Amino acid sequence: MCVFRLAENRNEKGKDQRMAIVETLQELMTQDDRIVVLEGDLGAASGFAKIGKSHPERFIQCGIAEANMTGVAAGLSLLGFKPWIHSFAPFVSRRNFDQLYVSGAYAQNTINIYGSDPGFAVAHNGGTHTAWEDVALMRTIPGSIVVDPCDAVQFAWVVRELMKLKGIHYVRSNRKAVRKVYSEDSAFTLGKGNLLKKGSDVLIVCAGELISEALDAAEVLEEKGYSVALIDMFTIKPLDKELLLAEVKGKKLMISFENHSVIGGLGSAIEEVIAANSMNIRFHKIGVEERFGQVGSAAFLQKEYHLTAQDMIDKVMSELG
Amino acid sequence: MENKERTKLKILSAKIRLDILKMLKHIGYGHLGGSLSIVELMSVLYGKHLRYDAANPDWEERDMVVLSKGHCGPAWYSALANVGFFDKEELYTLNAGGTRLPSHPDRLKTPGVDMTSGSLGQGTSVAAGIASGFHMDRSQRYVYLICGDGELNEGQCWEAFQYIAHYRLHHCIVIIDVNKKQLDGFTRDVMNPFCIAKKMEAFGFHVQQVKGNDEEAISRAIDQAKCIQDQAVCIVLDSIKGQGVPYFEALADNHSVKFDNEAILSATDQAIADLEEFVERGDVCV
Repeated sequence: MCVFRLAENRNEKGKDQRMAIVETLQELMTQDDRIVVLEGDLGAASGFAKIGKSHPERFIQCGIAEANMTGVAAGLSLLGFKPWIHSFAPFVSRRNFDQLYVSGAYAQNTINIYGSDPGFAVAHNGGTHTAWEDVALMRTIPGSIVVDPCDAVQFAWVVRELMKLKGIHYVRSNRKAVRKVYSEDSAFTLGKGNLLKKGSDVLIVCAGELISEALDAAEVLEEKGYSVALIDMFTIKPLDKELLLAEVKGKKLMISFENHSVIGGLGSAIEEVIAANSMNIRFHKIGVEERFGQVGSAAFLQKEYHLTAQDMIDKVMSELG
Repeated sequence: MENKERTKLKILSAKIRLDILKMLKHIGYGHLGGSLSIVELMSVLYGKHLRYDAANPDWEERDMVVLSKGHCGPAWYSALANVGFFDKEELYTLNAGGTRLPSHPDRLKTPGVDMTSGSLGQGTSVAAGIASGFHMDRSQRYVYLICGDGELNEGQCWEAFQYIAHYRLHHCIVIIDVNKKQLDGFTRDVMNPFCIAKKMEAFGFHVQQVKGNDEEAISRAIDQAKCIQDQAVCIVLDSIKGQGVPYFEALADNHSVKFDNEAILSATDQAIADLEEFVERGDVCV
């Protein structure tokens, strides 16, 4: 059941995102000895080293070799294990794509992937470590599930839910704490978007930690007299077409908002639905245009690549006057 | 090895080789050279060492095989058919639309095929993962990883080897078929592998080198590998691309062969006749 409530204080940060997955996996691993956690020499960064301490018999250090780590996960899946692999987002999507595709998906194996610090969350690791195309890649794998959770509550829920399923599952998330969006007792439905706010003029569709920015933008826009609806489309694939098609009706404008390239991500997924259903809607994508990443604080990068609440506000006002 | 067992394995090798030739001739093309170079290995695995149940391919206690040099699927299919996983007639459906026998192995299609392969290098890591799983389950099962020497161009192989060696996964028996050729020519010309045995030793493996056409030597090497408990194990097969058929051994470009000219067809027919005669005589001996 999809029962969610917004957090009482949205300006507070939750626990570290990495601890959301680490603690959830530790809990699940006490009940299920088929869960195995694989790490690509970033255990201290991801917190997965804590799992190495609590469950040493179900933790595998794979070193800096993501292609091999992915294949090892596929081999474990053949024996009925349920592997999670972690590295920074580009190294478990872009770098090991063929292994995920062939040893993983094509051979019908199960691999759960935590790609950490996607997009501007990369901060000081810079352009080489930036993933603004991970969602695009992962979406093309037949049968894959692609999720961009917005806070620690949702991330923990997603991890728990994915362990019930077989297949290739990609979850991207910051390692550090992000602002709270949902109350602790919230529950979701995979593949169902959450209508966080109803409105009649503008529909914003967003995923990941930008949800907090979108909520901020919606508040300001409401004050300025625009009626704004907002969907948290945390499951980017499979996309909740029903909710999208229902909410798009009667709107003057729809905007997608993502910490990802405008090519192949959430915005593109929405375009595919609009085109396939011949929907007549004015649509804009806010995301990263044809650019590479660079170093800087997350806040600097967010501003530099036009991924702030203000960018959303400016876009709506320039479109609707 | 007793004479009877040696003869039995030689006959199985002949049958596997025979069916590879027949199936590829039937469809008119295929990855012949590298399939022929692992015939004796397949014979020793399926005729002696491997634990399997052809009537129950998913038997939970079975040993597993990962043919990482996936283009040599015809050798595997021929072995599987010869030990009863499916009817030999099915071999002639190789690569036909809807077949259970695609050019490159597919675990979802073929009885007895435990892992999909074909994107070179990838089987190495999967076998490593299987071996880790066996270890975690405290299982005594083995996984046999079959790689090609050309395949070792792929960096992923070396990532997997360092992993297998680091974790001393001795229940993953790594077998490298050194047939000295790859698609574009000799390995030494395309991308010189230098001494593969030394490389594997440097990676931390216990290495044995045996002739790829000697069933008894291969079998002994597997026995020896199974005695090693504290180190990863590797068997380097000194083989010949096109092994066992003089015409194809001598054929320069024998990676993928088209059966479209008189010389190739008559050499194939002659080899088929010789092998059939050997099998017939051999069956009488046993």
